[in-house]
Amino acid sequence: MSSPTLPPGLAIQKADERIMTLNVGPQHPGSGHMRIIVQIDGDYIVACDPDPGYVHRGEEKMAEYRNYVLNIPHLERPVIHDSCNILYPYVLGAEELLGLEVPERAKYIRVIASELNRCVYTQYWLAIYGIFLGHSTMFMWPAGDRELLIDLLEKMTGARVTHSYFVPGGIRNDLPANFEDVCLRQVNYFEKRIKEYADVFYENPILISRTEKTGILSREKAIGLGTTGSVLRASGVDYDVRKKEPYDVYDELDFETNVMKSGDSYARSRIPWLDMMESCRIIRDALQKMPKSGSVRVKLKPNPKGALGSVYKRVESGRGALGCYIISDKKPEPYRVKLSVPSFRNLIALPQLLIGEKLGNMPSVYWSLNYWPVEADR
Amino acid sequence: MSSESEKETVEKKTEDAKLTADKVSEKPTPAKKPAPTKEEPELPAFEKGIADKIVEKFGEKTTITYVKPDRVGIKVGRDDVHEVAEFTRDVLNYDHVDSVSGVDYPADKEIEVVYHLSSYTDPTLSRQILEVATRAPREDDPIPGNDATRLPSLRDIFYSVEFHEREVFEMLGVYFEGHPDNRRLLLPEDWADLPPLRKDFRNKGR
Amino acid sequence: MLKDLITPQNANVFVGKLGDILEKAIDKPLGYAINWGRIWSLWPVHIETACCSVEFGAASSPRYDVERFGIIEAFGSLRQCDLVVVQGTITRKMAPRLRLVYDQMPEPKYVIAMGACAITGGLYFDSYNVLPGIDGILPVDVYVPGCPPRPETLIQGCMLLQEKIKRMKARKFV
Repeated sequence: MSSPTLPPGLAIQKADERIMTLNVGPQHPGSGHMRIIVQIDGDYIVACDPDPGYVHRGEEKMAEYRNYVLNIPHLERPVIHDSCNILYPYVLGAEELLGLEVPERAKYIRVIASELNRCVYTQYWLAIYGIFLGHSTMFMWPAGDRELLIDLLEKMTGARVTHSYFVPGGIRNDLPANFEDVCLRQVNYFEKRIKEYADVFYENPILISRTEKTGILSREKAIGLGTTGSVLRASGVDYDVRKKEPYDVYDELDFETNVMKSGDSYARSRIPWLDMMESCRIIRDALQKMPKSGSVRVKLKPNPKGALGSVYKRVESGRGALGCYIISDKKPEPYRVKLSVPSFRNLIALPQLLIGEKLGNMPSVYWSLNYWPVEADR
Repeated sequence: MSSESEKETVEKKTEDAKLTADKVSEKPTPAKKPAPTKEEPELPAFEKGIADKIVEKFGEKTTITYVKPDRVGIKVGRDDVHEVAEFTRDVLNYDHVDSVSGVDYPADKEIEVVYHLSSYTDPTLSRQILEVATRAPREDDPIPGNDATRLPSLRDIFYSVEFHEREVFEMLGVYFEGHPDNRRLLLPEDWADLPPLRKDFRNKGR
Repeated sequence: MLKDLITPQNANVFVGKLGDILEKAIDKPLGYAINWGRIWSLWPVHIETACCSVEFGAASSPRYDVERFGIIEAFGSLRQCDLVVVQGTITRKMAPRLRLVYDQMPEPKYVIAMGACAITGGLYFDSYNVLPGIDGILPVDVYVPGCPPRPETLIQGCMLLQEKIKRMKARKFV
């Protein structure tokens, strides 16, 4: 875009008198924890330069000082409302390096917790999407229904959002008594509730007119840019890590992936909603197939040492494929932990989508990327 | 750098030396030679096929670091990485980069940049991750962008590396030649310290 | 009576003291009214700084419904706001922006530090890019502990701030 010496704010040069540069964020209702520098010509965006990093907390560096277990609490902080899923690849990788075999029951409980968390994440995302589009009901409904599943997770793990539930070798504690019934009841009710969103949100003509045919990402571009998750599937690529590279017990469970062809903001906002229904299906299936008793954790030595080597694991989180690359050098602390997060991968699509779009469509396009700035910055 | 941190780096150097020594001893399984005796049956066939294709094309230029189920790791010199990446895209059908991680090896005086390639379009590769590692020389007193720590950028081959390479540039000071936008991404604008993911950069109190 | 008190000689003195006299007479009721107004319209600036914003959002959800206390209404411009809720970690990149936002707000303004990271740096005490608490850049009124604090805790923190404003001298800012 320009010479590398300029700071980001000055990077886009003034080409024309008509062009105006706007800073959107970090203090802006439509930006979240990041800044998007856009240049507009009249009402149309001609250049866009995302500037993340406002929540860069150096998680990867911190992980080099803590052992495999102590890394758990801070590695889940980037997405606290999806904390089971962001820990998942790290825990899978740590298990391979530490040579642990996870009990069958723990695998099922992990899947249940991860799917519940996916719903909790998506509901929050949907609530904010409602706010971004000026649809207050769509903030209230998901934000309220979300609390049902948070209650379930609180029963399971003891914390509202920061669960620290997955540990290398299984899960931290077993399910509480009577959990299966409560979970089934809540999930059934939840599924009934989210189906009602169709009337108020997804079939709302105002929403459709604002999101349809805006920010179109073609199939080829989606692949070339390496986008992931709902963004990718909204562009017609059927790729879900749960299906393609099943981890834990996903290969035994019955579910489908949702794909839409249009690749616009509407498709990107609809896919996570459809995914939530599949999550409900997975939870019900997992509750049925889960072994009713058994251990949930293998005993872990204090300060365990990882085997020499590296491991790259990935899972499907609420936003897309989440990879974790761990290098171990036979010490209690990992030599290097790298989180390859879906938000960061999807961010590259933002300039592509916004150029040529009206400024008023910016919030809807930006949030439809399923982008969580804290995660992208790590 | 204080004497304390120097001591630490010295300690680490010895450990790193150990690490690399182990790696060398572990490295064998060059899929090129059908010689290794006990590890032969363990190698998964499909992944070995990928490794064989790469070795067939590039021969001595690449080393196969490991062949595991669904994962293949190769190591390439910095002059050949562009060529190898082009080959993986055009012939092996890898179409995007999952992650780009920089790893600092102070004992070797090198910085490794690891690309994890994956594919959406080829259904046979949907489980696969190809790890392409390449190394750049490391300088003890880095001037990010103006020293010998340079690598060719893969952005013209895989567009998806754009932000990842910017991140590696600021976190480890590896300048990517041919990248149009080697700017700072995550760190504050006034960051004047060492690139933080280098091993000689210590967090406070650690 | 008044006529006797005010002579041409001391009229100037009397007028000069009129302000003080008036203030003494109506300070309490006026201050009460001003504080009452401030208590029930604590509008926060829309600045998210880290992951505590999730629980901040949850506090507005139907279950917790923080707006019934007249606080934390989602609001647009910072020129009309009088509360900064620092929602978690302040990084070195965010700190100047936060201060800039604070400086642009009209007086009176209050600060709530939400979460362990905003109070002391919390889990990120040894990170290279995180400030050890925001005391160095903003004057904090109420600390809300937790990592992240539950919405109830945030509500309680806001109510503590209301209590604090009630006891503040309103005149200072008139």
